[in-house]
Amino acid sequence: MVDAQIPTREPTDEEITKQTEIIVGELIGRKGALIPILQTLQELFGYLPETALKRTGELMKISYSEVAGVVSFYKYFSIVPRGKYLIRVCLGTSCYVRGGKEVLESLKNNLGIDIDETTEDRLFSLKVGRCFGACGLAPVIMINDDIYRRVKPSKVGEILQSYRVQEDTDD
Amino acid sequence: MTDLTINGIEISVEDGTTILDAASKIGVTIPTLCHLQGHEPLGACRICVVEVEGARSLMPSCATPVTRGMVVKTNTRKVREARKLIVDLLLSEHEGNCQFCDRSNDCELEKIASSIGISKPLYAGEKPEARFDYTTKALIRDTGKCIKCRRCITACNEIQAVGALFPQNRGFETVIGPAFTSDLADVQCVQCGQCAAVCPVGAIIERSNIDDVWEAIDNPGKHVVVQTAPAIRAALGECFDYEPGTLVTGKMITALRSLGFDAVFDTNFAADLTIIEEGNELLTRLKKKLVNGEDIALPMFTSCSPGWINYAEYFHPDYLNNISSCKSPQQMFGAVAKTYYAQKQGIDPADIVVVSVMPCTAKKYEAARDEMADSGFTDVDYVLTTRELGKMIKSTGIDFRSLPDGVMDNPLGVSSGAADIFANTGGVMEAAIRTVYELVTGRELPFENLHLTPVAGLKGFKEASLTIEGTVPAWSFLEGVEVKVAVAHGLSNAAEVFRRLEEDPGRYHFVEVMSCPGGCIGGGGQPRFTDDSVRLKRINAIYAEDEGKPIRKSHMNPMITQIYEEFLIEPLGEKSHHLLHTHYAKK
Ligand code: SF4
Ligand code: SF4
Ligand code: SF4
Ligand code: FES
Repeated sequence: MVDAQIPTREPTDEEITKQTEIIVGELIGRKGALIPILQTLQELFGYLPETALKRTGELMKISYSEVAGVVSFYKYFSIVPRGKYLIRVCLGTSCYVRGGKEVLESLKNNLGIDIDETTEDRLFSLKVGRCFGACGLAPVIMINDDIYRRVKPSKVGEILQSYRVQEDTDD
Repeated sequence: MTDLTINGIEISVEDGTTILDAASKIGVTIPTLCHLQGHEPLGACRICVVEVEGARSLMPSCATPVTRGMVVKTNTRKVREARKLIVDLLLSEHEGNCQFCDRSNDCELEKIASSIGISKPLYAGEKPEARFDYTTKALIRDTGKCIKCRRCITACNEIQAVGALFPQNRGFETVIGPAFTSDLADVQCVQCGQCAAVCPVGAIIERSNIDDVWEAIDNPGKHVVVQTAPAIRAALGECFDYEPGTLVTGKMITALRSLGFDAVFDTNFAADLTIIEEGNELLTRLKKKLVNGEDIALPMFTSCSPGWINYAEYFHPDYLNNISSCKSPQQMFGAVAKTYYAQKQGIDPADIVVVSVMPCTAKKYEAARDEMADSGFTDVDYVLTTRELGKMIKSTGIDFRSLPDGVMDNPLGVSSGAADIFANTGGVMEAAIRTVYELVTGRELPFENLHLTPVAGLKGFKEASLTIEGTVPAWSFLEGVEVKVAVAHGLSNAAEVFRRLEEDPGRYHFVEVMSCPGGCIGGGGQPRFTDDSVRLKRINAIYAEDEGKPIRKSHMNPMITQIYEEFLIEPLGEKSHHLLHTHYAKK
């Protein structure tokens, strides 16, 4: 899975349309072009904006509902923008039995979002993941490339705060 | 030909026939849920399985072609058990309560379950979350009842080329519906109701107006008039177990009167009016183009099918100027009822309630369009489908079959045979040509029985041409002109018209488009189940109604002459423009 680049600002609808037209134009000839097109769009935007999907449908002469059917069939695709920090919670067996689920709950409460959602300030997205290979130190979460081991639900707030602070000083 | 044996009976059928169709030839009905006649078998539900000698597993009969010497059994223990299991599984996921369901009398799942002998589900399965969709005027969706047979997808994608419905998500979470499990109003749904017409269960139904209509009837302060579309008389009988194609015009009128409507009128009257306005519009456009050389939009498209109008507004906005500005007969009727009729009767239009009975769900949407109120009053207040009228009649305990024949009231109940054929694909075209030809040449259309045969029948896309000769002086510019027309029904065939027009923009002068296959007789609000054989029977019934009328041409309708004399003054005149014409906008 290619991690999307986090755009510094949201592209406008015109930009999305233009980029979509370029990508569809390049790939449309191929057999089964829709999936590679969707992949490329997601890599570019970090998610699949509605404007891009509608334009793709128009150009490929298939309905928006059909495009959506394909997008929603694969967990890989996301129609919500990705936050600056992608939080992945391991729910492999070890992490699960050693409190991964509680950590997930705590994250949800703290962020006010559900799995596969993004906070309103576009700072955090929450996903559950497969094993990261750090089972000895379960439960594990990853925030972008940082790995946190033996996470306690009560410490989640603190971890998130460090990113929020960083964000404030960055600005 | 292929010889085979089904249930011990030897038969010979054409090569490539499916086991399902072969069995029906010898009177063996195999239950089906996902199969749709004339479309690629999906093999999704597997309720149609049969035993084929030598095959390792049961075969879906809708998707299995016969082979020579095949030995088929349709009713073995193995088959029965397999079907029972399938229905059990479907019911275990089914979030519905037959007692409160719109389909409780004609639900295919309920029928199959009871014929198999299942009274209550064996498994208490986990049920997917039900989602209700009340976002359109025409339809209600309830995904909890959906059995994922995908018939609606075939209807919406292949018949209508709209593509509003598609499977979303996957596995247990699959929802058949608009993009990302949103609502119909969020996508480009034209509200034709063809999905509701094929759904075997209560997962897509029309949005009922029965309660509103009862309320109006029960209100003593209201003068409630009803109009019935031409397609109703050839189909309503099916709600009361008549053979498809039985005309029940007289009984329908009596039934409407006993329901309590104050006057029983005919959309046909307004269809005749439409022909006068639309025929003149066509001639005016031709004159502007051919004589004045003006840049006027041709071909002209018909405008009576609101699903088609929706389709054009969504998918072909470049052609909106080509669509006749005439309101549909339903709307013309409403406009005339609340002006001309109100004045004649001395009733305040605010106290008149106009109810329509339509073969169509999109008519519910059309009636609610903002611009359909030019008189200052909503043209049409409530729209019932044929099915809803059937239900209303049943709910009163009226014995429909033993009703005497009634006749429509005056003046909005008088019509010509040309109005009847609005119900059939090719009918509006034929009705218009009957009048236009006579107007231009002073002679009757020189065809047997006045029928424009090349544009009649179930072929999805039809073309015809007619060379005009012997014109009267006023229309001499049309002398020798070959008028070219096309007729399409089912919106996928409208797509074909556009394809041809892109190749050759001057290809046609006049094009009729009807959203539903077969025209209004195959509308989304007609009694279920409508297949091609039912469509043909209704079409023939409508032609019989036309041929049985003393007046066959719209311009000969004396009440039409009268309304122009007393009220409208002239076709395309100021009053007409104000009340009977409209405009369209890109969506
Ligand atoms: S859809 Fe059929 S089975 Fe389901 S509740 Fe309605 S009538 Fe009953
Ligand atoms: S009403 Fe017509 S356009 Fe809308 S979903 Fe049903 S079939 Fe498709
Ligand atoms: S909505 Fe009706 S027609 Fe469509 S898949 Fe569900 S059950 Fe079948
Ligand atoms: S009817 Fe044959 S598989 Fe559904």
